[in-house]
Amino acid sequence: MADLIVVQPGPQAMIQDLGRVGWQRFGIAAAGAVDPPALRAANLLAGNPPGTAAIEFTLAGGEYEAEGATVRLAVAGGDFQVTVDGDRVPPWTGFDLAPGRRLRIGAARDALRGYLAAGGGFTLPPRLGSLSTHVRSGLGGLDGGVLRAGDRLPLAAGAAPAGPPMTLDPQGLPPRREILRVVLGPQDDHFTAAGIETFLTGTYAVTTDADRMGYRLGGPEIEHAGDFNIISDGIAAGSVQVPGTRQPIVLLADRQPTGGYPKIATIITPDLPSLAQARPGDTVRFQAVDPAEAVAIRRDWEAMLARMGEWLAPAGLGRELDSERLLGINLVGGVVDGLA
Amino acid sequence: MGGTGAGAAYDPPRFLPAGDAALTVEFGAAIDAETNGRVLALDAALADAALPGVVETVPTYRSLLVQFDPAVLTHGELEEALKTLGPAHGGGKAAARRWTIPVAYGGEHGIDLEDVARHHNIAAEEVVRLHLSGDYRVYMIGFAPGFAYLGGLPEQLHTPRRRDPRMKVPAGTISIGGMQASVCSTPIPSGWHLLGRTPVRGFDLRRPDPFLFRPGDRIRFARIDAAEFKRLDALAESGSYLPEPDEPAGGPAGGED
Repeated sequence: MADLIVVQPGPQAMIQDLGRVGWQRFGIAAAGAVDPPALRAANLLAGNPPGTAAIEFTLAGGEYEAEGATVRLAVAGGDFQVTVDGDRVPPWTGFDLAPGRRLRIGAARDALRGYLAAGGGFTLPPRLGSLSTHVRSGLGGLDGGVLRAGDRLPLAAGAAPAGPPMTLDPQGLPPRREILRVVLGPQDDHFTAAGIETFLTGTYAVTTDADRMGYRLGGPEIEHAGDFNIISDGIAAGSVQVPGTRQPIVLLADRQPTGGYPKIATIITPDLPSLAQARPGDTVRFQAVDPAEAVAIRRDWEAMLARMGEWLAPAGLGRELDSERLLGINLVGGVVDGLA
Repeated sequence: MGGTGAGAAYDPPRFLPAGDAALTVEFGAAIDAETNGRVLALDAALADAALPGVVETVPTYRSLLVQFDPAVLTHGELEEALKTLGPAHGGGKAAARRWTIPVAYGGEHGIDLEDVARHHNIAAEEVVRLHLSGDYRVYMIGFAPGFAYLGGLPEQLHTPRRRDPRMKVPAGTISIGGMQASVCSTPIPSGWHLLGRTPVRGFDLRRPDPFLFRPGDRIRFARIDAAEFKRLDALAESGSYLPEPDEPAGGPAGGED
């Protein structure tokens, strides 16, 4: 039996996979990773199928130890400061954590949310078909909540590191966007032409009221054509609802499945991770595409994700020598006879 | 909330894009059983048809959100497919059911009962009598796990939402807001008025089917006292109490009311 021990969790660290499918009709939020390409990258580096559950964290990733066996780990999402016993692990690179050593994951200059994947994944019980944590309904993860110090995450048996650690060129991931593409609707007819024009030309800033459920944005006021209440209906990921404040709220993975404010537009799936990685104060703008264009963009995006493996290379052969490789060639321990 | 009454249904429905991966099919602009019946009928027919590329649907008062895989379908292809669907064969969804849900009213179980009575200038007992007189229809499940939105609240009890929503109301809360009523199965934030509590667990992951209610189901409430609530709540907590449906409510969930 092997476990990953949570010594100190990062802020809002919790288990996420690609979310819960098929239960929104019962009031269950989809949840799931807010940056699926980053989850996919972490899994690729850890040797896992793309949708394997990993630890999603915000700002910084915390501290972890392995117990019982060495485990292949990977952190993805940005240039997070990853160290093992103080030795720096290059970004976007898999590494092995042996029992007794301490993994620390600090912040990244270029990202808000990261993913820590473990080889073989965590052997936790799925809830309604998913390991994704939804804190508001207490579903998923260890016990439906964020990770706490002392938590033990059971690792799949026999998931010893296979082959050398790999590194991923982040060019293989879709680039972040400041201009988010949207399909107008489903309730764009609840806004005046001027309101839609404001939405599509204005610059909106991410406020501090931003979490996995939704991002409140601040910017020019969007004019409703009439009442700002509608009969509650279903909410797709990326929906931009505009309540009586006339300021947009974008709904993300933890959104409630139904709601009663008119939705002026819906951000397309490929552009949602860019918003999920935006911090308070960052600005976004919106650009309308028609539904057929949106589907074409989505198909290109999926094709890019499917090709991500082509950007993998064995770690340590490129620009940087990582500590594992240095250990491997006996330069760190002061024992050089094997290579002398 | 929109108005009620005839003439608000669209025929044919409106197909409204919801991003790259969803289509909202809207049948009307009102909360009524006929419009909701058409939503549930399309939902059942779509489940029967098992259309490749359809990922998940969310039936609501007057619309069906169809989430799809854009690798398989486009909005246009999905719309065409939806237009050709015939009536459901009944294989997709089980028939609507009728439930009797026990409720302990007032006191600690329904802390807003007196306020609602004062608002309408009637006795608390009259609020209870009116609430018990309702024959409710489950229009949709949403907002939180197993949260049932009910229509059929007697008009004398239509009450504006609280100005100041509470951060947390307990599981099993029986409440009213505007023209709606609800059975709430998990602790949630709420601006509705709390009339009572039921020991029935509308959502319990220990059960093979964790959700008790489905859209189209009918609900009547039956009064219990605080002692009976305590007894049934203890049984429910141990997983050994769950009401049985009384009888079929008549016709499939998708049928007209």
